[in-house]
Amino acid sequence: MNSPQSFKDAFIAEAEDLLVEIEECVLDIETNPEDMDAINRLFRAMHTIKGSGAMFGFEDIASFTHHVETALDFVREGKLKISTKLINMVLKSRDHIKAMLEHSQGGPVVRASQTEDLIKVIESLIPNKLKNQPPRETIVPSMLPKTPTPVEKVFRISVKPNENIFSFGMDPALLVEELRQLGECTVTPYTGSIPTLDQIAPVSCYIHWDIILFTNFDENAVRDVFIFVEDECETKILDISDNRDDIPKVGEILVSKGDTTKEQVEDALRRQSRIGDLLAQTSGIPKERIKSALAEQKTLERKKAASQQETVKVAAEKLDALVNLVGELVIVQAQLSSISRHVNAPPLQTSVEEIERLISELRDVALNVRMMPIGTTFAKFRRLVRDLSSELGKEIKLETEGAETEMDKTVLDKLGDPLVHLIRNSIDHGVESPDVRLASGKPSTGTIRLAAQHRGAKVVISITDDGKGLDVDKILKKAQERQLIPKDADLSEREIYNLIMAPGFSTAEQVSQVSGRGVGMDVVKKQIEALRGSVSIQSDTGKGTHIELSLPLTLAIIDGLLVEVDEDKYVIPVNSVEECLELTESSKAMDKSRNLLKVRGELVPFVRLREVFGIKTKESKLEEAVVVEMGDSRIGIVVDRIVGDHQTVIKSLGHLYRNVQGVSGATIMGDGNVALIVDIPSLASIANIDEQQHLQQNRSVIQ
Amino acid sequence: MGDISLNTNQYLTFRLGQEHFALEISRVREVLDYIHITRVPRTPDFMLGVINLRGNVVPVIDLHLNLGMEPEDRTVNTCIVIVEIDLGHELLQLGALADSVEEVVEIDSDKISPPPRLGIRLNTEFIKGMGKRNDDFVIILDMDKVLTAEEIEEVEIAASVVPTDLLEKGSGGAESENSV
Amino acid sequence: MTKTIMTADDSASMRQMITFTLKQAGYDVVEAEDGKDALSKAESGSIDMLITDLNMPNMNGMELIHAIRQIEKYKFIPIIMLTTESDAEKKQQGKLAGATGWLVKPFQPPQLTAVIKKVLR
Repeated sequence: MNSPQSFKDAFIAEAEDLLVEIEECVLDIETNPEDMDAINRLFRAMHTIKGSGAMFGFEDIASFTHHVETALDFVREGKLKISTKLINMVLKSRDHIKAMLEHSQGGPVVRASQTEDLIKVIESLIPNKLKNQPPRETIVPSMLPKTPTPVEKVFRISVKPNENIFSFGMDPALLVEELRQLGECTVTPYTGSIPTLDQIAPVSCYIHWDIILFTNFDENAVRDVFIFVEDECETKILDISDNRDDIPKVGEILVSKGDTTKEQVEDALRRQSRIGDLLAQTSGIPKERIKSALAEQKTLERKKAASQQETVKVAAEKLDALVNLVGELVIVQAQLSSISRHVNAPPLQTSVEEIERLISELRDVALNVRMMPIGTTFAKFRRLVRDLSSELGKEIKLETEGAETEMDKTVLDKLGDPLVHLIRNSIDHGVESPDVRLASGKPSTGTIRLAAQHRGAKVVISITDDGKGLDVDKILKKAQERQLIPKDADLSEREIYNLIMAPGFSTAEQVSQVSGRGVGMDVVKKQIEALRGSVSIQSDTGKGTHIELSLPLTLAIIDGLLVEVDEDKYVIPVNSVEECLELTESSKAMDKSRNLLKVRGELVPFVRLREVFGIKTKESKLEEAVVVEMGDSRIGIVVDRIVGDHQTVIKSLGHLYRNVQGVSGATIMGDGNVALIVDIPSLASIANIDEQQHLQQNRSVIQ
Repeated sequence: MGDISLNTNQYLTFRLGQEHFALEISRVREVLDYIHITRVPRTPDFMLGVINLRGNVVPVIDLHLNLGMEPEDRTVNTCIVIVEIDLGHELLQLGALADSVEEVVEIDSDKISPPPRLGIRLNTEFIKGMGKRNDDFVIILDMDKVLTAEEIEEVEIAASVVPTDLLEKGSGGAESENSV
Repeated sequence: MTKTIMTADDSASMRQMITFTLKQAGYDVVEAEDGKDALSKAESGSIDMLITDLNMPNMNGMELIHAIRQIEKYKFIPIIMLTTESDAEKKQQGKLAGATGWLVKPFQPPQLTAVIKKVLR
């Protein structure tokens, strides 16, 4: 029942009571104009109608009642005498408010002219000398979420609370906390005024702070932080954004903060030592003031270094062209190496090896140029979390880690969408509303943690929330409803979690939902797999969900295992290869139709590349298997021959083959032929579909 | 159709089976001897695979199959004609198998007649016209349409692959809650 | 630990709305319908924060703030006053009486929670 409508209803009920009270008060006052109690009650009733009316959307009532209230305020203060006219006016106003109230419930329309006429009557009752008081200026904190601007500003903030600040119920540490919400802070505390233990008053505040704040909010937003403590806190806020390009000397900072004078600085400079140390010795500036200035200088320097890195702007196209050219070079070099191996000419071989080394270095450098820190992508999610969680009435903070982790821009560019979806999921389905959280003994504010780190040749990005976790039963039920699994399926927890990424698990109805945007986890999985990555899900009921995306550093180069079927070669991404083995009768499981492979006692399903790819030539006598990991499971890929390691540049198969399944691209080998790159997840899924069809055919044959 | 490309009246003629075909020379990039074509699995038969053309991966198609002819065995004369195709949004290099490449001829536009509606046992969708050469006719192909015709088919296949339950169950109410 | 916030207001609809907003935000709420009621409930119970209207019968908001601050256990709790009179004078008086901050009516629920976050850890 606690919806905005029910608040309105509550207000209407309350206002009706108050109108009755108003009538009683007026009648009391009429009989006894000195009845201060009645006057006060009358004023309060009008005041409440005005105040609560405005709260619940009765602006017309509130603004009209304001005039009556003003008149009654003068009566209360003894500036206006009770008169028959006044009594009549109040009664008329009361009836008018009642009419407006009834209108809101479907009663007849109250004409604006009526309201205006009544206001004129009220105005006429108030002597002119009481009127025309200029409206008193006041600061009204909006308390509404502020919008960040694209411009980053730098503020130097000095916060010096009065010793008695605690007695106003204000904890100055909260001010610093609130500043942190606005952006990156470097906080230097001044602890020099803390007295010795025997003199300390535990209820006094002895600390003050200097803070350098980098923020996308404007100065007003920064000032709003201190709105309640204008008198209890000495606050200085200075926009030093312009100093950024020209980092000031420590001495200059100290002078500009009034900690020292120019002369003292110059004197210290003449002695040529570290200015900070010298000033501390010579001019008696407290060490911590110098520390603060140094911190400011350092922060500015660091920021400048970071922004300078960004200022080397090169069109992405040019970088792509560079990487492509290096790619060509790698291919030609592979050809050259292969030729030189067949020619017995040691001097040639030496040169070729040298070129090989240089090109591999060049390739690394070229790829490195295209690497970008993932932080820029992370930064976009702060707003998303903020907006979406407030929309849903949840309290969620986003923590990020490893923002400096670098990956290829081409991968990064395609990572935004899947990450947005995963974060939306966490906000919408993962993190509970504050009351639910509190009821289950968690802090009301939920946390979503976005972390990135390098792991070998991969970047692992994880999205962790401390929400309710995945509901295994619900997932099973839904998967059964959607006929994704048979009714009696016996699945491991991990397999159940993976069901949420099955095509057809999420439904189109989500389009209208906050989290939906029309894509399900299956699309996220596809997007990640298109980047040659994988998704794994972990969950702990009641404690949260942890999703890990494992992605290659770059899409341009692949470390592959070259295999052969018939006369064509294929590349299997090496980072998913677990082991290679010869396919003997004994390593195949007993039942040949089952396509299971015995790998050190464990059964691993396998697919024949020859079959899945529809290669019609005669089967090879000898076969080898490459066991690859795919998300959480393993499969074997059976080929004719494993050739060996092969590092190469990935080429797109182009427009004509954009819908092809089972391969994700091509690469050109040393002999000039094209080899296809096997797309393991897609291979597994088509093998699966083939098998299903095969089974169905068998079934229909039996029937 | 008044196509501007008809203004260039030089054509490369080649043979497929017993028929003679022609392509606008402005669209032909080069002619290669037959080289190994890497098959791409699970694609229509007419898409033979890909080759390496100076570091680029270029698809090759078998026009026999596009045109509804029987495929021919490879001979020493078999060539790959590399043409440039306008997809509307980008230019694409494409190899087309030819049983043999003949010559470059000039055919004036007034000697080109529209494709006959009946009488030739070929897929006429991408035949631009019939060009008169000496006493003979050559069939002028519109390579841009070769792909678009196939593509439409491909898109239709792709659409039919979407699981139907994905599309149908959009009207339910309370289920979105537990999808993570 | 769930924090308990007291709302003191003579308007039932205001109390209802504030209580709803605070509970949504995960706080426990104690309601009081005037200053006297608030003071006695605060004395007998335990609250972490007070949100009070100024104009109330039986002890107004100013008096309540002053009285609450006299209670040892509430010397340092945050107190927010709700005002319709957006004048500096009332705020000044309130601050002198010991209020931490203020919120001007009419306000939206998010503004209320934002103010609480400003002052309550």
